[in-house]
Amino acid sequence: MMSVLRPLDKLPSLNTATILLVGTEDALLQQLADSMLKEDCASELKVHLAKSLPLPSSVNRPRIDLIVFVVNLHSKYSLQNTEESLRHVDASFFLGKVCFLATGAGQESHCSIHRHTVVKLAHTYQSPLLYCDLEVEGFRATMAQRLVRVLQICAGHVPGVSALNLLSLLRSSEGPSLEDL
Amino acid sequence: MDETVAEFIKRTILKIPMNELTTILKAWDFLSENQLQTVNFRQRKESVVQHLIHLCEEKRASLNDAALLDIIYTQFHQHQKVWDVFQMSKGPGEDVDLFDMKQFKNSFKKILQRALKNVTVSFRETEENAVWIRIAWGTQYTKPNQYKPTYVVYYSQTPYAFKSSSTLRRNTPLLGQALTIASKHHQIVKMDLRSRYLDSLKAIVFKQYNQTFETHNSTTPLQERSLGLDINMDSRITHENIVEKQRVQRITQETFGDYPQPQLEFAQYKLETKFKSDLNGSILAEREEPLRCLIKFSSPHLLEALKSLAPAGIADAPLSPLLTCIPNKRKNYFKIRDK
Repeated sequence: MMSVLRPLDKLPSLNTATILLVGTEDALLQQLADSMLKEDCASELKVHLAKSLPLPSSVNRPRIDLIVFVVNLHSKYSLQNTEESLRHVDASFFLGKVCFLATGAGQESHCSIHRHTVVKLAHTYQSPLLYCDLEVEGFRATMAQRLVRVLQICAGHVPGVSALNLLSLLRSSEGPSLEDL
Repeated sequence: MDETVAEFIKRTILKIPMNELTTILKAWDFLSENQLQTVNFRQRKESVVQHLIHLCEEKRASLNDAALLDIIYTQFHQHQKVWDVFQMSKGPGEDVDLFDMKQFKNSFKKILQRALKNVTVSFRETEENAVWIRIAWGTQYTKPNQYKPTYVVYYSQTPYAFKSSSTLRRNTPLLGQALTIASKHHQIVKMDLRSRYLDSLKAIVFKQYNQTFETHNSTTPLQERSLGLDINMDSRITHENIVEKQRVQRITQETFGDYPQPQLEFAQYKLETKFKSDLNGSILAEREEPLRCLIKFSSPHLLEALKSLAPAGIADAPLSPLLTCIPNKRKNYFKIRDK
């Protein structure tokens, strides 16, 4: 039986915001998690790390507020893993609670995935695409900060702003659409 | 002292880094303590070298002394050469004779000298019943070239010898013959194994790489030890795939062991296989002849890199046996054909 992640199948815990990072390279996810947890945050943060979806079944897992798919542009395996994992995410997650994070763009000679491919993937799933070389401490810290803010919004901890609000905000500030490129 | 010998010694000493100079000169044991004490090693290198040459002249250094210095330099800088591995075998029913080092050296030298007339052969014995052989090659009409020697390290209690790769390949059969006959073997074969790291080649060939050393960590259960480094103790982080991580760790440990891997720089696979495709009617699939293709994996430390692939999430565990069999099969050159 294939298990699908749904955004509202559990009750939220008090003041808790949970992010799920999905990616093949555990070390990168771990580093990003550490950076996020260093941030000052009014909410209680929880980070779950997974290599792929579906997740092993567990009753104790908190409600997931935001999923970030980490794609390493140096690895076709990483992209393939992301594409397969996406099938196990319920459609309602894509209303602002999913985003893609592409790492490795800085070392262009090592990239085996074209930027266009991830752009298209993010566009297909109507979700934002962020770029960050996670191996660079400074970039990672900035991205961690940003993700914490997005997470708080997705968890409903920021009054007046919902995940869907944020999504439409990001979309309207986007450049020309994919077809125009 | 011959001018060519002086030049040879000078060039050898110039190669030696200043911080190794006293160590190597002491190992050479040609210049006496008293002589060495007269040298001011804090001078500029050229002055030090000049002084040393002068002392060598005083002591009338011979070509053999110079060759010995070259051997010692190479022993300290083994990684500058690429080493091939040769395996010898005795004929069927041949007795295992007691090895006589003196007889071996004489026999080896004679065989080369008879064939080439102009050849410089020098020996230096080391521990583990090994002998380093240096050969400078000449021809019937030309003097030996001291600057392009071949080195052979022969472990006399084993059928194995390690030879430095050289560009003068035409002498390899003769060298093989000399080695085989002098060591009372019947046949010599080149193994598909090659690296700059002589110690690692030894460990692989003599199957000594899989010793787990007893350390204070060995009493900690494996799980804790290997995962302790990975899992953040922060309780706010949850690893969803802990079972999978453990599986990968276990498989990696079963395949590669707990010990440090021998150091190799590459693995090369020569494929001669027919093209296999799921698509019907593909032009390549209809081809009768096998496709030829060469795949080379390079790394400063190939086996450690392969070991870390699955735990890093870059590849699935278990890895292909073609990669993991390298130390066990004692090969890093493979030819793959369809069965």
